[in-house]
Amino acid sequence: MKTLARSHPLWLAHVLHRLSGLALALFLPVHFWVLGLALTDPAMLDGFLAFAAHPLVKLAEFGLVFLLAVHAFGGLRLLALEFLPWRAPHKTAAALALAGSFGVAMTFLLQVI
Amino acid sequence: MAAVLQVTVHRGTAGARRAERFEVPSEANQTVLDVVSWIQQNADPTLSYRFACRVGMCGSCAMMVNGVPRWTCRTHVQKVVDRGRNGGRDGGRIEIGPLANLPVIKDLAVDMAPFFDKWVAAGAHHHPTATRADAPSPVRPDSAAREVANAGIECINCAVCYAACDTVAHNPDYLGPAALQRAWTLLNDDRDGGHEAILDAVSGFGGCHNCHSIGSCTLRCPNELDPMTAIAGLKRASARRVWRRG
Repeated sequence: MKTLARSHPLWLAHVLHRLSGLALALFLPVHFWVLGLALTDPAMLDGFLAFAAHPLVKLAEFGLVFLLAVHAFGGLRLLALEFLPWRAPHKTAAALALAGSFGVAMTFLLQVI
Repeated sequence: MAAVLQVTVHRGTAGARRAERFEVPSEANQTVLDVVSWIQQNADPTLSYRFACRVGMCGSCAMMVNGVPRWTCRTHVQKVVDRGRNGGRDGGRIEIGPLANLPVIKDLAVDMAPFFDKWVAAGAHHHPTATRADAPSPVRPDSAAREVANAGIECINCAVCYAACDTVAHNPDYLGPAALQRAWTLLNDDRDGGHEAILDAVSGFGGCHNCHSIGSCTLRCPNELDPMTAIAGLKRASARRVWRRG
């Protein structure tokens, strides 16, 4: 029997939201443990910071920011979808405006231009 | 040579499922229900399936077609056939099974009882406020609540949304999109006297708050209704009631 056909945008958004949440849940304890090293083992923290300067680790940090952005905006999307009794075109317009303003803000923040 | 459809039908009873292959002549303007009927009339008269009206009104012919729940009487084969690598010159392939998320009775017929039981469990039945001696209540068609109710009342109880729902698949107690949408239309109906009972029924375990807003119900509804938005309305109404109570 064929598996249920699911791959539509809202299902993918749901899966991305779940997976980013799980990944962040795994990341946060490690994050707090590393921060705690500042109090318990400064030498080990310095070693970790040297490791974090590696370009591959920097690239992984990009993934982390991506997960956070996906999860935060996924949550805002759900709140808007469920708690704002707007019609579909209003929501599309709001999402476009939000994405556009986020893009402009990030352009300035990261000094892309 | 006329094109021939390669049809796989998932058959048998709940404990003994099997897939059988049939070759069905491909024809212009053929529906999936036509294919199933051809098999039953020409290849195997023991094939069990349900249909009645054949025009998309009765809601009895829904089946899984190539992994998607559909009303088979109004689904054209040419729009859903898997043409494979050779572009469908051999007629293409089609896989037909009983609706997902419901117990199979035999072949393509499922037991709809759990689906309808949940309509009752969701409080999705009329709660009368008047007797036949009273004058009919006026219904203003342009009132906001009536417009919201109207958006959901054309449901034909086909259970396509129920079969498409991942939340139903993972939580057998979840009331499902159709029952919750019906509850939402009644909640917006001035003539219904059971608004508190409806909110009690849809706010509990298995109620509207289980919905993850994946939206397969809205995507698959053959009547283009929007159960996901109806369920969001129930979530708002139920949350508002909690804040109102303090």
